[in-house]
This record gives sequence, structure tokens and C-alpha cells, in this order.
Amino acid sequence: MKIKSTEIVDTFAEAFKMCGGRVIITAESKQWALAAAQSITGFATSVIGCQCEAGIEKELSTDETPDNRPGISVLMFAMDADGLGKRLMERVGQCVMTCPTTACFNGLESDTTVNVGGQLRYFGDGHQSSKVLGAQRLWRIPVMDGEFVVDERFGIQDAVGGGNILILGKDQKTTLRAAIAATKAMREIGGIILPFPNGVVRSGSKVGSKYKALIASSNDAYCPTLRAVTSESLVPEGVNCVLEIVIDGLNEEAVADAMRVGLHAAVKPGIKQLSAGNYGGDLGQYHLHLHKILEASQSS
Amino acid sequence: MSLKLSLHTKPEVPLEADVICPDKLIGVDEAAVAALTVFHGNDQVALGDFFTVKGQCDGEVHIEGDLANVKHLGSEMTTGKMTIDGNVGQHLGACMSGGEIVVEGNAHDWVAPEMIGGRVTIKGSAGHLIGSAYRGSPIGMQGGEIIIHGDVKNETGNAMRGGLIAIGGNTGDFTGVNMLAGTIIVLGEMGIRNGASMKRGTILSMHDTPMIPTFSYACTYNPTYLRLYLSYIRNLGLEVSDAQLNGNYKRWVGDAIELNKGEILLYAS
Repeated sequence: MKIKSTEIVDTFAEAFKMCGGRVIITAESKQWALAAAQSITGFATSVIGCQCEAGIEKELSTDETPDNRPGISVLMFAMDADGLGKRLMERVGQCVMTCPTTACFNGLESDTTVNVGGQLRYFGDGHQSSKVLGAQRLWRIPVMDGEFVVDERFGIQDAVGGGNILILGKDQKTTLRAAIAATKAMREIGGIILPFPNGVVRSGSKVGSKYKALIASSNDAYCPTLRAVTSESLVPEGVNCVLEIVIDGLNEEAVADAMRVGLHAAVKPGIKQLSAGNYGGDLGQYHLHLHKILEASQSS
Repeated sequence: MSLKLSLHTKPEVPLEADVICPDKLIGVDEAAVAALTVFHGNDQVALGDFFTVKGQCDGEVHIEGDLANVKHLGSEMTTGKMTIDGNVGQHLGACMSGGEIVVEGNAHDWVAPEMIGGRVTIKGSAGHLIGSAYRGSPIGMQGGEIIIHGDVKNETGNAMRGGLIAIGGNTGDFTGVNMLAGTIIVLGEMGIRNGASMKRGTILSMHDTPMIPTFSYACTYNPTYLRLYLSYIRNLGLEVSDAQLNGNYKRWVGDAIELNKGEILLYAS
């Protein structure tokens, strides 16, 4: 399949079942909400080394937040509910509660919840108090600028992590430009995040390593510098740079939508191929075939 | 199809009509509803002696007439909706745990005493002891919502332990007396001795009020959680201005003769 001069490789992205939640951070201004959101999503690029993956989903207007203040919606993913609960508690406590003027609310309705505010309340050292409004229990924790307000429980649900596209270009500049265009288009899709720096990752990984202690190592098949030394190189002639965009989403449909708009946006002169990373199909529960995703968009 | 009850004979003495409750009327035919027993003073009479019955209750009951002398409507209600087009007597929604009662007129004393859940809305004013504990009982309202658009009298939320009481107008004396927890919002003015013996919970007023000496001023700040409450009651039809929503509140803490963990918030600017 080709779009303009770019070949769409007949392959699939292999994605994994994860557990996801949505955190709404509000503050006196957008700047303070963003500061907390950037902090809570820091060091959260990959579960391989960070124990969770997180990113900013979107900015929220005052009409869209529980307390009518400017807000940021953040999505966070971990491999299971227990892990996500721990990460939420740690990160809301260290990155949101610490940030002046903020409050933190659950943004995902779900029958399955984890206790976040109900644990953070002990920071109040006996001076914390709760408020119940309808089915919502909030905790008020006294802090030096007033009170930190946080929902007791946050909804979590099954989610999809590790959707991806690979952009193979003639040089670094061209490939970066295509990646930026793709991430911009993908961020318009709700329910997904791009957890890597500016949404793009250059150190794509494969499972395992020659070193026994490592569970992942450099994806040599896509490293242009190794094209002449590895027998399994997937870097075509004329390609000198490969960048990957990883997508985590609250469901498979959102991830597929993001991949579709990203593929279209990444088609540029100088982009030889668009592909996706997989592990042979044996590890991930979700196989997102590029051709099927693009064909579905044409038929709909 | 909903059930409609129209008062055709005004009771001379209080009529105790706790049978008028969706829980007890769902699926019951007109004749059986009219035959239900109520107390007129100390006389046992039939509901049909005072009300015209029409339709069958599918969860909704509509009542019309001046019910100022009809007591215990919706007692122990758990589900459904009851709409009262007129005034209503004492003990409306007593101990209710679910469902919704809407009164288009005024209500007498003891609206939803010892309520556990559900919502009562009074479009007019109401009397004493809203959401309170019965005399001798240590705990009043434990959950649910009482929304009153007009004024109320004394001891609103006496021994309240949870839930929300929102008053669009003024309250009498001893608002939140013996309060254990929960939230009382008064958009008008409060009387005197508010929060006396309260342990925890929040009393909010949009006007200054004389404080009893066992309360201490803490600070003036913008409580974030209050935005949720004020937005919520605004959506229910009470008048809350943007200035009140975004404003600062003086925080008084008390009652020092108890736990000293209650708060009275007074709108500052």
C-alpha cells in the first residue's frame, strides 16, 4: 500500500493490555495546573523503567472541570490495577499536592476504583477532613496555602498500551518534521497519550538482550548505523533515520484512531516507509494492522 | 402512569398519612389506595375520606391541595418521586433513605428528620428542626439532601451527621447545633448561637453572624471544595453568584467545648 510516495508496510503494531486511569488537575490558573501535570507525567515514558506511562491528554476549560477552574486531563497507565493504584497515590501526593493552588479529581467513571485520596489524607496528621457530595467523597488536607482537595477514589479500567508507528525517512530533519506532524494530529484524538518526550521515541526496543540482566535492548533492526552489520535489518536503502511514536489509550479504538491520523499526517516527501513495531505477535493481546486501520478509514 | 391524590376535605386536626409514600403505593389499585388507613386525630379513617384517588402508582405520586395539616408524608421512603402541589405538614420524609420529594409550597417543622438518603426540595419556606434528630436521639440527618428555597426557623440540622442542607433564605437560631458532620449552606442570614456544641462539619453563610465565644477565627481563604458545593446547589436552582463561587471566606473553628473540628465559613468578599 502506498500513500503518495510513502510505502505503508503490511505489518502490525503489537499492543498490550494495561490498566488506565484519568486524573483531572485544576488550579488557580492554567500555568499552575500545567506545572502539576508536567510533574505528575515526568519520568513516565515506559513501564520498562518507570513503572507507569503517563501523559497530558488535553487542557480543560473552566466549564469542563469539577471546581470550575482551569484544568489539565492526564492519563496514566500501569500493567495492573495494583500498580496503577500505587503510582497514582505516589504521583498525586508528590507532584500535585505539592503544587500551589491545585486540586485533583477522578476523571474516569468506572465500577473499579483505587484508593488515592483516602491514603493521602494521612498527610493531614489528624487535621484532614472529608466531604461527601452525592456519591463523591473528597478529602481536604490542610497545606500551607490553604487546603489540598483530592477525590478519595479514582476509576480505573482495562486499557491498551504500546500502539505505535515507525517513521522511516531519508534524514533526521525530514523524519523529525514528519513525526511532529503526526504527534500534532494524534493529540486531537481523545482518550490517548503519547508518553515519550514530545511524543516521539528514538530508542525503540526489542525484547531481551545478549546481556542476561536486561529485559529489553536497542531495536537493532531499525538502527541505520547497523544496517551493514545486522542480518535482520529492516532499514531500506536510502533511509537514514527512524523515529517511533508510541500510543497508550483507554481502548483499542482510540489507539487505532490515533495511529490512523498519525499515519496520514506523517506522509511527507522524503518519508520512504511507515511501519510499526511488533514482537512476532506472540506477546501482545492487540494486533493493530496498518492496512486494516487505513482501509477502515477509507470505508467509513 | 402516576398516582394522583387530590385533597377534597381539609382535615380539622392533623391527619397522619405515612401511607402516602411510593413504597407503599406502587401497583396498588385506586380502590385499595382509597381504603388505606390514616389517623385523623385519634380516629382511624380511610384515605379516601380526605383524598380523591386517581391512577396507579408506577413510582410517582402527585398530591395537590393545602396539606398543611397532613403529617408524615413520605415517611421512610426509599424510592420513587413524590410531588406536592401546595403546602405540607410536619415530618415530611421522616427517616427517608431514597427517592425524591418536591414541595411547590411551604413545609411545616421537622422536614426529613433523621434522613439517610434521597432528596427533599421545598420551593417555599419551612419551619423548625430541618434534617434534625428527634428529641432524645443522638443523631439527626445522616445523608441525602434537603434543598429549601425560602427561609427556615430554629435548629436546622440539629445533630446532623452527614448530607447537605442548603437554604436559599435565612435561618433562625441554633443552626447546626450539636452538629456531628455534614454541610449546611445558608445563602441568607443566620440567627444567633450557630454551631453551638458542634463537633465536626461545615456551616456556611453568605452574611456575617455573631459568633459564640467558643469559636476562634482561623483565616480568610478560598476553599476549593466549596466550589463544588456552590456549583451543585446553583444547578439545583438556588441563587449563587459568581463572586460567591470564586470568593474568599472567613473560617471560624469550633466548638471548643467539643472537638473543635467544626467550621463556620462566612463569605468575606
